[in-house]
Amino acid sequence: MSVSVSLRHSFADFALDAAFEAPRGVTALFGRSGSGKTTLVNAVAGLLKPDEGRVEIDGETLLDTNKNVALPAHKRRIGYVFQDGRLFPHMSVAANLRYGQRYSDKRGKPQEFDAVVGMLGIGHLLQRSPVSLSGGEKQRVAIGRALLSSPRLLIMDEPLASLDEERKQEILPYLERLRDETGIPLIYVSHSVSEVARLATTVVILRQGRVAACGPAGEIFADPQFAPAFGIREAGSVLDGKITRHHEDGLTEIAVSGGSLLLPELAGEPGASVRVRISAHEVMLALKPPQDISALNVLPVTVTQLKYGDGPGVLVQLQCGTDRLLARITRRSAQALALAEGAQCHAILKSVSVAQESVWRQSRAFSESGFSG
Amino acid sequence: MDFLGPQEWQAVALSLKVSFWATLLSLPAGIAVALVLARTRFPGHFLLNTLVHLPLVLPPVATGYLLLLTFGRQAPVGGFLSEWFGIVFAFRWTGAALAAAIMAFPLMVRAIRLAIEAVDPKLEEAASTLGASRLRVFATVTLPLITPGVIAGAVLAFAKAMGEFGATITFVSNIPGQTRTLPTAIYTFLQVPGAEGAALRLVAISVAIAMAALLFSEWISRRVAARIGSP
Repeated sequence: MSVSVSLRHSFADFALDAAFEAPRGVTALFGRSGSGKTTLVNAVAGLLKPDEGRVEIDGETLLDTNKNVALPAHKRRIGYVFQDGRLFPHMSVAANLRYGQRYSDKRGKPQEFDAVVGMLGIGHLLQRSPVSLSGGEKQRVAIGRALLSSPRLLIMDEPLASLDEERKQEILPYLERLRDETGIPLIYVSHSVSEVARLATTVVILRQGRVAACGPAGEIFADPQFAPAFGIREAGSVLDGKITRHHEDGLTEIAVSGGSLLLPELAGEPGASVRVRISAHEVMLALKPPQDISALNVLPVTVTQLKYGDGPGVLVQLQCGTDRLLARITRRSAQALALAEGAQCHAILKSVSVAQESVWRQSRAFSESGFSG
Repeated sequence: MDFLGPQEWQAVALSLKVSFWATLLSLPAGIAVALVLARTRFPGHFLLNTLVHLPLVLPPVATGYLLLLTFGRQAPVGGFLSEWFGIVFAFRWTGAALAAAIMAFPLMVRAIRLAIEAVDPKLEEAASTLGASRLRVFATVTLPLITPGVIAGAVLAFAKAMGEFGATITFVSNIPGQTRTLPTAIYTFLQVPGAEGAALRLVAISVAIAMAALLFSEWISRRVAARIGSP
């Protein structure tokens, strides 16, 4: 499963010129509002006809302006979850869910209605009218409706943007299940760093209609070049690991490629896959293994990149096993330690500095065959 | 019915028949024209809009005369229809229905157009991403959502058709049992000494039918609105 997109489109005051590949898993289109994210996905879905471009899914051409191919939206088999849900107000929740199914009979294997309803936890809403649903319920129904049209690609355009924090937390686990259990590639449009860090397999950063970066989530988040795009306070790396042990004192041990981490207690059986987001400003560096220190996590690392900003800070990219870490320290510290590319040192991380909200379960099915390996 | 004499009853029944067919047969055209006016922009847009609204502002007598010039038996369109399809409008109840339909058309189109403009095109986009072709989107999303407007337009058109006088009497005259509709009957009774009672009874019937139509429209719109959850 892979999706290949290359588009050019001009508006009066804005030009889009972007190309990216979306492999299996979640491809996050990240960028500020006005960076062209929605225009881009609308063109992929067939809701907007671009001046020029090409869209392919698994080698099948949906759009090629050079060859005058432009499949209409209803023939593209691309499920679209809009920011505002767009449920049909004159139909029940069940009829909304079945809407896409009606037209998908002849196309591919239809998803099991009950399975989707169960996965999204919307069984009790089926007879209700969409008008009476909460924002979070509406979005879950919208996701189910898109899934049931047997799409070969799902697009979600800021599906959580109109929800409050509590509702977001209610929906995010369903999106993780979707990513890990259905195998349908997902293009996820967002300007929220934490959503992207949590969900993305691949990250595409859009800036003023152009692709500023595109690559696996772990690499993009750990690249000092792109830290400004996420906001310097939000800069940090994401590591994939596995729960190895729950300690009696309330700590959970996680194996990552460069060693093991002790983090505040997590739910999950040993063996469960997790993704951990580590903020750059929480990582300390030491040349020698520190002794008599309260921090529990010390990992041997190699400096791979240093990026000096305008201010007093330096972003240091570190190789940690096969993963990359990002540390933000002061210019003064970097000079005192004489940090340079290739330097061996130790990354120190307090257990309590990794909030539970920054550790996410991933289903096994995904991470074993997954991409981050 | 004792309340009404045979002539009066005939006028009421004829008016109901004329208005019913005028409304029913112009409804598809009304929806189509409203769609075109609401959703498309093309060079002739303004012209079409003007043409549709013309009967609203033109003297009804002028509309009737234009109908006579177009659909009369010797006229180009009328002659063609009668020769090829056996459809005759001149001095028949069908002509009364045509006149009523033309006169009521602007009201019908305005009501339906307002309803179409209130439909969020984003819902139609969503339907298309779910695999529905344009025709299916119209049948399953647009049409159900504009139903209250369509009903309102149809009832308005029906009420207008019930009251149509000027164009009808000019186009198809005032033939008892054929083209003497309620308003023309009232007019005729008022010309006859001593028939004011009959005229008054028909006026009462007109008021009752108009009120019933409005109440029905209100009731059904509310039901539909409650179902689709819009005010």
